[in-house]
Amino acid sequence: MFFLSLIIRNALRHRLRTALTVLGMVVAVLAFGLLATVVDAWYAGADAASDKRLVTRNATSLVFPLPLTYYPRIRAIDGVQAVSWANWFGGVYKEPKNFFPQFAIEARGYLALYPEFLLSDAEREGFLRDRRGAIVGRKTAELYGLRVGDNITLRGTIYPGNWDFVIRGIYHGARKNTDETQFFFHWDYLNETIKIRIPGRENRIGVYIAEVSDASEIARIARDIDAQFKNASAETLSETEKAFQLGFVAMTEAIVVAIRLVSYLVIFIIMAVMANTMAMTARERTSEYATLRALGFGPAFLHGLIYGESLAIALCGGLLGVVLTFPVAAWVGHILGKFLPVFTVSIETVQMQFIAALLVGFLAAIWPARTAARVNIVNGLRAVA
Amino acid sequence: MSEAQGNTIEHTTAAQAANAMPLVRVHQVVKSYQRGAQRVEVLRGLTLDIQAGEFLALMGPSGSGKSTLLNLIAGIDQPDSGELRVQGQDIGQLSEGDLADWRARNVGFIFQFYNLMPVLNALENVELPLMLTNLSRSERRARAENALALVGLADRMDHYPNELSGGQQQRVAIARALISDPTLIVADEPTGDLDRESAGEILQLMQALNQQLGKTIIMVTHDQRAAEHAQAIMHLEKGVLSSREEVQPRAN
Ligand SMILES: Nc1ncnc2c1ncn2[C@@H]1O[C@H](COP(=O)(O)OP(=O)(O)OP(=O)(O)O)[C@@H](O)[C@H]1O
Ligand SMILES: [Mg+2]
Repeated sequence: MFFLSLIIRNALRHRLRTALTVLGMVVAVLAFGLLATVVDAWYAGADAASDKRLVTRNATSLVFPLPLTYYPRIRAIDGVQAVSWANWFGGVYKEPKNFFPQFAIEARGYLALYPEFLLSDAEREGFLRDRRGAIVGRKTAELYGLRVGDNITLRGTIYPGNWDFVIRGIYHGARKNTDETQFFFHWDYLNETIKIRIPGRENRIGVYIAEVSDASEIARIARDIDAQFKNASAETLSETEKAFQLGFVAMTEAIVVAIRLVSYLVIFIIMAVMANTMAMTARERTSEYATLRALGFGPAFLHGLIYGESLAIALCGGLLGVVLTFPVAAWVGHILGKFLPVFTVSIETVQMQFIAALLVGFLAAIWPARTAARVNIVNGLRAVA
Repeated sequence: MSEAQGNTIEHTTAAQAANAMPLVRVHQVVKSYQRGAQRVEVLRGLTLDIQAGEFLALMGPSGSGKSTLLNLIAGIDQPDSGELRVQGQDIGQLSEGDLADWRARNVGFIFQFYNLMPVLNALENVELPLMLTNLSRSERRARAENALALVGLADRMDHYPNELSGGQQQRVAIARALISDPTLIVADEPTGDLDRESAGEILQLMQALNQQLGKTIIMVTHDQRAAEHAQAIMHLEKGVLSSREEVQPRAN
């Protein structure tokens, strides 16, 4: 008790200095947490991926399609439980800046493959029954004020012309990391319209999604699928949904690395600030520490005092930083929602924030504690306070 | 208060009886400091005996080595050579850790600038050395209260150093020096920072510690009047001690 109260009173001696150090710590830990959350959000698609889903695409490039005739052949492969498909639509809603992902899907099969998109039965039925029906994720619906029954027109970029839809459902994510920004409509509607508008470009598939019955067999099944279409007009590349999602992230890996570096840099800077504060503090107290040693207190006691104070300040700032991370992340997530659909602070991030705070507190105390415990008592007593 | 006094007196007389030899024996002690390329010999084979229960004043010009000698006796500095015995124990041979333990048990410090912990109040400052003992919290409290009462600060227990006058701070420091019932008390210019009146009070208090509680005190001072509160005065000049001069007891 005595010891603890001594540490706290020491920490509160220079209120302004301590307050500024704590503030610096808060900002650093907050920034660290937000940047880590940005990185997490980047990988959210891959993290949310099911380990039982395979994505099969054109081996040459994702921009080339696959024939519809592949469907029964993929379905027939041993271990494949269900197959569906989707085409990237890439349309514009009113203005190009209003971006959200849009897919033409084989509705019944696709929804069965993605149980994490939650819809009421009425909405699901409404969507399946309406050829021009569409469903949209909660976040996108909220952003543009879309409601069930609304008409919506998208201007095609890959598929020319204007495309009219009726919102039949708004889906919610089953988990925190489920993407709630997507827009789905019937592939049949796309295909039939294309058949009229650009004859010869119908029956083309962007990606097939296959569900396997046993996740441990997924690599073998992927190889079997690709072997099936070896030397065919369009060779395939099958990979787990996670690998597929990571493929997108890989293009921007440099940015992620840069963000990580910045987050470590922030911690490094606060460490330098904190170490300077602690060194200054210890220097001012040279004669006090020498007095304590003259009275018979050993190096362990001084170490305890100095490490204790440093850790108390760092953890205080760290705790405040962690607490603030949640509301600030919610706000940032709201702003970045279009680009990073899933923006939640993970347990790992909070753990890393605490570890960073602990590390800063610990490292900042090493030098002052060593000096205080080693300084010659007689010289220390002479130091003018 | 009277109980605490009784205990201390008993303790000291017992220690005195057990040791026929002087309480402090400084024998042929050499101490020098390195200043740049130059080696300054401060104490050149100094020899001094101090008996238990003595109150000795050490005087001498600035730079003569008074503080150096006191620091050696108090175990916060180590001699280059020679013997330093307190109660027969050669403290020059102790490791740093053992020396710290030895100081905690045997030495009470009184500094010129009091050296109280600014974040602790008077009572806590006095209690501080007891943190190195196994005493219970309530026992520590009780002893610290007794010691503060002894120096006349019973009504200032919860005052912080910056709320006390220099003289009061020095009384707190004296209470702190007494609290662990040390073998000897060292005081380096304890009145150096005080006005005459406060200095007089502090000196009377130290005299009382010596005469009533039987405490052995070694005090460095520049002030002849201060020195006259001791039983004997020794002069240090250029690292050599003059002969001892007994102070004639004054009528109060
Ligand atoms: N750590 C040190 N390094 C170098 N020289 C020192 C050191 N400590 C003391 N000295 C020198 O040793 C000599 C004696 O110093 P000391 O402090 O013992 O003198 P003093 O008699 O107490 O003087 P004062 O009355 O001014 O306090 C002085 O010349 C001083 O400069
Ligand atoms: Mg001196």
